[in-house]
Amino acid sequence: MRLKVTNLSKSFGNQVVLRQVNLELEKVHTLALIGPSGGGKSTLLRIIAGLERPDEGQISLDDKGIIFREKELMAHRRSIGTVFQAYNLFPHLTALQNITLPLEKVHHYEPAEARQLAGEILERFQLSEHSHKSPAQLSGGQRQRVAIARAISIKPKLLLFDEPTSALDPEMTAEVLQLIEELREEGRDLMIVTHQMGFAHRIADQIALLSGGRIAELGSPSQVLDEPRSELTRQFLAKVLKY
Amino acid sequence: MAGDKWINWVWVSADEREKPRPPRVLLFNWLLAFLLLALLCFFSFSQLRYNWNWDTVGGYSNFFWRGWLNTLRISSLALVLSTAIGFLAALARRSGILMFRAISRLYVELVRGTPLLVQISFAFYVVADAFHFQNRFAVGLFTLSLFSGAFISEIIRGGIESVGSSQLESARAIGLTRLQTYRYVIFPQAIRVILPALAGMFANLIKDSSLLSVISIEEFTWNAQQVSALTYSNFECYIPLAIGYLVLTLPITLWTQWLEKRTRYET
Repeated sequence: MRLKVTNLSKSFGNQVVLRQVNLELEKVHTLALIGPSGGGKSTLLRIIAGLERPDEGQISLDDKGIIFREKELMAHRRSIGTVFQAYNLFPHLTALQNITLPLEKVHHYEPAEARQLAGEILERFQLSEHSHKSPAQLSGGQRQRVAIARAISIKPKLLLFDEPTSALDPEMTAEVLQLIEELREEGRDLMIVTHQMGFAHRIADQIALLSGGRIAELGSPSQVLDEPRSELTRQFLAKVLKY
Repeated sequence: MAGDKWINWVWVSADEREKPRPPRVLLFNWLLAFLLLALLCFFSFSQLRYNWNWDTVGGYSNFFWRGWLNTLRISSLALVLSTAIGFLAALARRSGILMFRAISRLYVELVRGTPLLVQISFAFYVVADAFHFQNRFAVGLFTLSLFSGAFISEIIRGGIESVGSSQLESARAIGLTRLQTYRYVIFPQAIRVILPALAGMFANLIKDSSLLSVISIEEFTWNAQQVSALTYSNFECYIPLAIGYLVLTLPITLWTQWLEKRTRYET
């Protein structure tokens, strides 16, 4: 992907979350956003996802500017797969139906086609035996994998992950991270907000550290995590890597 | 296993309360409950000095029958109409057009806060009269539907608002339109919250239709009152009246219980 963020600002009430953020990336497959809570990383991701409108500034993705009007945003969201922290599956539908709903209602697949595609993806994710279970009957890791299956089923041009493992225990975290890594190896473009520094190091081409609504550091994983230039990054890393 | 000891016929310990009980135990306890009720009724009526006059009242059975059918007709029409009104009012309350919100709020508060009896009289003797509209049945049906619709709109609104914001965000993220979000995400989840309250409301609606007798709509209660006046009898009219309403309300309760089971899912 080619991503260009220009002078992006966003406030919620009195709270300024993003201050004039500028970011330019060429040919990046995987971007990890890290940083302290409240630093603005999730908000940046949500604006890119088309779920939030910036107060000012522009974003262009592969040289196409995102138009922040509801109609255009809807089309934009339909071309992107977003995975949230709390899975956000629909509790009244089975795992399979969670995947076929957007395929049928948004992307106009025939029901049989949608079921087949969803079945194939679930099988690839080793979730076939769970396809007729409701989300409540699945483990956290399985739920998150179904959510990822739903996100990729629509063949998105970009996958966004907003702290996809923050609600999971270590074992389930591993199963989800492994899946994300596999997606990366397939060559999908993805962007992930994460607190897992080791994982960011492993999969990201570029890491951006957001703090206080600004990008404090941007570079390759070894640059950012091993030889940070800014004092802010050093302090943040010292804190998160201490335990 | 329950049923082996006598205590298991009448008592279930706290940790076994979720388990299904054998049919014979259920039946036994239902019979006990009915027996208790029957005893209470038997005792009360045995103390009553009253000349039962079933034969005379029985001669007017077609009055009851006709009234019951009319009540059935009004209630079922009002049931559909009030659900539609309640639905629209609930949506209006969440509409982007602010005047719709105000109208919906005004409607709900006014209607819920005033007696149905007053509304019926006002609708017929003042509003309908002003428009030279003399169809009692239509005025009654409409007033009853408006009355129940106000309660139903609050029930539906509560159901809609019970669906979490993360669900709405998810719907937005996958690109559902607003209408699709209601259809595929909000309503299927809201219905679980709505159904039990709606069942109670429908039963109320059927009983409330008895108040339409004040504008001489010839429904069940009005007919029973006529028979009562013609035959100088009370309980011979009220007992069939109670049973007649029960025959209408019970199926509604059972039907919604069945629907509840069907729409149940774990969360």
